Amino acid sequence: MANVISDETIEYVGVLAKLELSPQEKEAAKKDMADMLDYIDKLNELDTTGVEPMSHVFPVENVFREDVVTNGDDRENILKNAPGEKDGMFVVPKTVE
Amino acid sequence: MMGKQYETVIGLEVHVELATKTKIFCGCSTAFGGEPNTHTCPVCTGMPGSLPVLNKQVLDYAIAVGLAANCEITRYCKFDRKNYFYPDNPQNYQISQLYLPICRNGWVEVETSGGKKKIGIHEIHMEEDAGKLIHDDWEDVSLVDYNRSGVPLIEIVSRPDMRNAEEVIAYLEKLRLIIQYLGASDCKLQEGSMRADINLSVREAGTEKLGTRTEMKNLNSFRAIARAIQGETERQTELLEAGKEVVQETRRWDDAKECSYAMRSKEDAQDYRYFPDPDLTPVRIDDAWLERIKAAQPEFRTEKMARYREEFGIPDYDIEIITNSKRMADLFEETTAICGQPKKVSNWLMGETLRLMKETETDAEDIRFSPENLAKLIALVDEKAVSTNVAKEVFEKMFLENVDPRAYVEENGLKAVSDEGALRKTVEEVIAANPRSVEDYRGGKEKAIGFLVGQTMKAMQGKADPGTVNRLLKELLS
Repeated sequence: MANVISDETIEYVGVLAKLELSPQEKEAAKKDMADMLDYIDKLNELDTTGVEPMSHVFPVENVFREDVVTNGDDRENILKNAPGEKDGMFVVPKTVE
Repeated sequence: MMGKQYETVIGLEVHVELATKTKIFCGCSTAFGGEPNTHTCPVCTGMPGSLPVLNKQVLDYAIAVGLAANCEITRYCKFDRKNYFYPDNPQNYQISQLYLPICRNGWVEVETSGGKKKIGIHEIHMEEDAGKLIHDDWEDVSLVDYNRSGVPLIEIVSRPDMRNAEEVIAYLEKLRLIIQYLGASDCKLQEGSMRADINLSVREAGTEKLGTRTEMKNLNSFRAIARAIQGETERQTELLEAGKEVVQETRRWDDAKECSYAMRSKEDAQDYRYFPDPDLTPVRIDDAWLERIKAAQPEFRTEKMARYREEFGIPDYDIEIITNSKRMADLFEETTAICGQPKKVSNWLMGETLRLMKETETDAEDIRFSPENLAKLIALVDEKAVSTNVAKEVFEKMFLENVDPRAYVEENGLKAVSDEGALRKTVEEVIAANPRSVEDYRGGKEKAIGFLVGQTMKAMQGKADPGTVNRLLKELLS
């Protein structure tokens, strides 16, 4: 059962992921995605009747923190991750909704 | 020809910022007003490899709100990632809940001029707030402050059960009261700790099918909400009347211009590609946990009102106003517990407190004076240590700075002169200085005594008890 990814789909996925793909990259991505979907189809052949959907890969629940402030002001270090800095803030391309 | 009748259908998405000390997934402070990015860490700035850990208090608050709103609590719930790119969201996804939200299927009852009505709650989920984008005035860039990023929110999604602005405002007031009474948030629309998005559609009266809806954002006062509902109802009705279609879109309300404009239409609607967040473990809420939250639920307004009627014998109108804010009710009860005089406490709250709140545009939640100080002031008046006018002056100081009234009266020499000898001397002087009023009074003009009392109070710089002055005057003039 071979899946085929259309040009529209790869275009749409590219927009969602904010990626600009060259024609060659698009073709390669189309093939990769089709292969992935084929693999999922393979998994779908398994009979999962009565198997509860898994929510998490580890059998761990209820991991919490208490509501206590543990972090101080670490602005100087945090801003080292910024593409640019001004007045203690991250500088990003102009974004207006 | 008769025009068609239309009906407005409204559902609300209400975001409430929870009053936790720390963010939802990291130990950064949620304190308001810090310097930009001073309450940030690798988790809330979305650094690769950082791991979120859920703040237990967020769950406790969310469950408490859900129980108060008659919801079913989801005993096994988890978090999902909502994916979108925007600079205020440094992870490129918001951690939220789609598949198993913490609360579902609730309702609250509201009362309007149309009577009582239940408004359904579809669900309540937990999520994180985004950072704040500031547009730079000088360069073609935007600046981001992530202090708000990761502050815990609950989103309360109603069913489309409201039909007009009055119902919407009654519903919001009800949520505000419940949440404030729980202490889960201060719910201030103006400051954004409570935000309401309005989903509104219009349909022909009597039809079942819902019309196409729009979503309206940026509503930060009840007045803006009422006007936006009015404006959007008219806009959609006009479209339908003209045989045009309503476009499903998000609109931004501009309160200054009193109109809304489209932000994004459904066509380029976001595809959020939700999926379970693998960094966070699922949450299982057992019976003991639920019982603990239930046992800790406070007395809500309706019960409180009934108890006040029983216990304190103050007018219904006072009860109505006092219980309309948790802070006010707490002040009332705590002060009454100290001084045992509910009526006097209520008078101070209903009179001077409300007056000064209005004058200084202060919310009840921001009242500064303590119950201890109000009780002291009431005692000062009872002891006749200060006159009513001086008491009001002291109260104003107390309202603004929470001064200790006893110390303040002492330090500023405002204490009423209880030494009758000194007072008698002043009264005698006033009588001597105002022969005409004395004559009037003796001639039968009872009112003339008021002037003499006033003169005496003035001479005493307000520090006398008017009752005593009145008595002394009558005594000396008879």
